[in-house]
Amino acid sequence: MTTTHSTDTAPGGADDTSSASSFALLAAAREQVLTGGIGLSEAQVLEVLRLPDDALPELLALAHEVRMRWCGPEVEVEGIVSLKTGGCPEDCHFCSQSGLFSSPVRAAWLDIPSLVKAAVETAATGATEFCIVAAVRGPDERLMTQMREGVAAIREAVDINVAASLGMLSQEQVDDLADMGIHRYNHNLETSKSYFPQVVTTHTWEERWDTLTMVREAGMEVCCGGILGMGETLEQRAEFASQLAEIAPHEVPLNFLNPRPGTPLSEQTVMPATDALRAIAAFRLALPRTILRYAGGREITLGDLGTRDGLLGGINAVIVGNYLTTLGRAATDDLALLGELSMPVKALNATL
Amino acid sequence: MSGVRDEVTQVGQGPYCVRCGDPIDAHEHLSCLDALVLEPPRYCAICRRRMVVQIVPSGWTAHCSEHGDLHGGNAV
Ligand code: SF4
Ligand SMILES: [Zn+2]
Ligand SMILES: [Zn+2]
Repeated sequence: MTTTHSTDTAPGGADDTSSASSFALLAAAREQVLTGGIGLSEAQVLEVLRLPDDALPELLALAHEVRMRWCGPEVEVEGIVSLKTGGCPEDCHFCSQSGLFSSPVRAAWLDIPSLVKAAVETAATGATEFCIVAAVRGPDERLMTQMREGVAAIREAVDINVAASLGMLSQEQVDDLADMGIHRYNHNLETSKSYFPQVVTTHTWEERWDTLTMVREAGMEVCCGGILGMGETLEQRAEFASQLAEIAPHEVPLNFLNPRPGTPLSEQTVMPATDALRAIAAFRLALPRTILRYAGGREITLGDLGTRDGLLGGINAVIVGNYLTTLGRAATDDLALLGELSMPVKALNATL
Repeated sequence: MSGVRDEVTQVGQGPYCVRCGDPIDAHEHLSCLDALVLEPPRYCAICRRRMVVQIVPSGWTAHCSEHGDLHGGNAV
């Protein structure tokens, strides 16, 4: 079993040595990241992930200061929709949309009028990002045609940045998407390079990396994150943060595993909230300037209170409304929370 | 608890749990009840077919080829 990662540190171990070393670590991080704008190294991230629970409030406060200093108070709000659901030939062990597991999720295609309606409703919440997602290894002709028509129809109807997540791309597909005006492309590395083979066997981490490189070179913004709580060790979590820092994505979506029926990870224990919050702060300290987004799983891992803690601990972007195969809170609930926290919703920039 | 039976069978629409697809009397379905806060139904309560579910940011539709559509919104 792989749940020992959460008990590496003595919980609440407030003996003098450990609180003195927590203090020294946070002081060094403050100097390096807050003042200097230089993200933590892999070894430093690991130390942060090992901080005792009683250092968590101070850690979150520092991560929040870093976010305010290097990103500002705005929160980027996004809606996502599944253009093609289920029946994916890949075997990502967390995913209910793989056709290789006995998941209850059936294949479905969204029609273009419904896609446009979803974009219009998303824009009406004040969101500036609308991400179109397909459960595929990579796009085929049919999907690219749907994208071309869909994105054109969205542009006719509403002003919103359109992002896409369609799996691994060829150079030609990268160019086509850039040409359609896709401003950001999501492709998650999912987990650290060393843990990836435990989670996916039908393609490699390096193949994912190659798509990200092409996306960047084509001038699209890179959105790359993953899922925490899949049984990776703290070392692997730190490794993942530093690998993301190497890509320096514009945005990093952080998901927390919500174990899905029928998938190989269906019995995985849900990550404790304190571990999730430590990870949020650690990723912020590794990536001071990135848009760090709450993606799936926060409802289960963090709940309402933890969601607020994360927004005050390094997170500066949210997905509002439902996810791809699971439900999220109503957009109005999250917007009300942002209002309470006096965090303005980022507006569409004038250069669109 | 009739609450659980009602919820997991779409208010007694049929003998099956819409979350796990098992007959309502097969087990307690308490975890199904919890899960349905954050998930749309996947099985038809009447015939146990897996439904075609389409989720959008503001809601969802679940379709059984025999028994038609169910609709819903966000997490409750
Ligand atoms: S490629 Fe995407 S849709 Fe397919 S199994 Fe992996 S995560 Fe799921
Ligand atoms: Zn059930
Ligand atoms: Zn039916």
